[in-house]
Amino acid sequence: MAARKLSEIAKTIRSKNAGVDKYTFDVIFPDRASYELVRDSGVLSRDAVCRIFGIDAARITDHVAFDPALAIKFTIARLRPSGSPGDTDIFGAQQYGPLLDIEVPVS
Amino acid sequence: MPASIQHGRSANHTLRIVCPNGHLGFAPIKAGSFRIGCDSEPDLICADSGSCDVGPVPLGSDTSSSPLQWQTDDLETMLIASRRLGVPMIVGSAGDTGTNSRVDLFVRVIRELARKHKLAKFRIGYFYSEIGTDLLRRRIDRGDAVTGLDGRPPLDLATVEATERVVAVAGIHPYIKLLDEGADVIVGGRSSDCALFAAPAIRQGFPDALAYLYGKLLECASFCAEPYGAKESVLGEITMDDVKVTAMLPEQRCTVASVAGHAMYERSNPFYEHFLGGHIDMSRCRYEQYDERTVRVTGPSYVPASELRVKLEGSGKIGERYVGIVGVRDPYTIANIDLVTGWARQQVAERFGDSGYEVHFAVYGRDAILGASEPRKATPAHELAVVVQGVAPTTAMAEEVAMIATRQMFYARLPQVKGTAGGVAFVLDEVMPASPAYRWTLNHTMRVDDALELFPTFVTEAGV
Repeated sequence: MAARKLSEIAKTIRSKNAGVDKYTFDVIFPDRASYELVRDSGVLSRDAVCRIFGIDAARITDHVAFDPALAIKFTIARLRPSGSPGDTDIFGAQQYGPLLDIEVPVS
Repeated sequence: MPASIQHGRSANHTLRIVCPNGHLGFAPIKAGSFRIGCDSEPDLICADSGSCDVGPVPLGSDTSSSPLQWQTDDLETMLIASRRLGVPMIVGSAGDTGTNSRVDLFVRVIRELARKHKLAKFRIGYFYSEIGTDLLRRRIDRGDAVTGLDGRPPLDLATVEATERVVAVAGIHPYIKLLDEGADVIVGGRSSDCALFAAPAIRQGFPDALAYLYGKLLECASFCAEPYGAKESVLGEITMDDVKVTAMLPEQRCTVASVAGHAMYERSNPFYEHFLGGHIDMSRCRYEQYDERTVRVTGPSYVPASELRVKLEGSGKIGERYVGIVGVRDPYTIANIDLVTGWARQQVAERFGDSGYEVHFAVYGRDAILGASEPRKATPAHELAVVVQGVAPTTAMAEEVAMIATRQMFYARLPQVKGTAGGVAFVLDEVMPASPAYRWTLNHTMRVDDALELFPTFVTEAGV
């Protein structure tokens, strides 16, 4: 089965703080076809997100497909609040890196 | 398609707001699109100036993360336009944190600007958002729980003790009160981003649901437009039936994708926006392209809260902080970098014991940014940088913790290392003072009887 990287399909892949205790991730697609392809493929499902980041499902506080924005959005509880000593991403802006290379089956 | 809202109102009863900046002072307002916004018949000019994103240090130490000059420049840009057009100006969450000192600072800057430009007399309204830790102690003592958000436990006395400063997050109420009292310029303490836009709309009778949505869409200025370009102005218009938002920079437009994409920005869930007094449910919102550069949104619903609970943000000091940086090029050392940092950590412990300080090593080139979530930590780069943070009760001790941890990486004992003259490369053979270390101690909510009780308002005059 053929596959393409998520970074080649999505228009925007970003992360940012959602408050001081969470990171939120937005993956936004350029059209409905690519949005539905990725949404239905399961490569960004709750289970998949747990595998990608090596975390327990309990740390995913929200996971939604947001039709009006053609977006898949999920939120992860931080291990320590933003900006505490030892935190290296105060804005949470570089947590999305592992999403770029996700292989999406395109058959 | 209808004519652009930029050139005129789309209904008889509307309220139009220009937002020039999503975080006033943090990076400068772009003048060109703001000028266009001011020429587009705005009824108010509004911008939020606060964010938790800057971390706990500014709130804890009662400082701004934005330079005073940039804050002054943005306030000057807005104030001159507001007085020239004769429309109110509202700034929320003054000076990044919305503490009392930041509100006072903005009021002072606005007074000085009024004198400098010889502006005709006008009224400045402002309110405070700080609350004392005594109030929190009393609540805990009488069993009125200060509830944790985002999985945090209820507030306990130990956490209150560890807290330096607390702000409560205001809703629309102090803004409405100050508008009622005739304020021409409002400087808000900490408040919900959407509140400063929703307040004038609700005051003029627009539906709550649309008014809060209006605020949600406008508060980050051009973040709701595309192509990406921050600090450009956007214009919003609310009617009894809808909210419209349009880009002011000719190269930008608001699209269904850009506006819907923004609606979920920085929120854990795209469907709900919470504030003092309730929340809006945006799950049934409809986004339509109204004209080429304008999006129309309808369909939010307003859900009043059964109990008034105000959000609290608190920061507590952990200690003084120093930082050191080293580089590593030897592949064997890179493969064993945890032994190197482990050695350094052990040297700190030999000097200071196992507690009473913190030392952190962030290994750039391997997993500094994602930590345990980094899927590629087994394949580090050919060069690493290790950033060391030492945190301790005194400056001298923090410096020594950081210095031991940094310098001892140079002396790390690896059994088969070829380079025996020094294990790391120093970009500076020193450690550097950093801001003291703080942490977010409060991300909680507290019951209030009255939405104004924590937010005293004041009105004063400026100008000549």
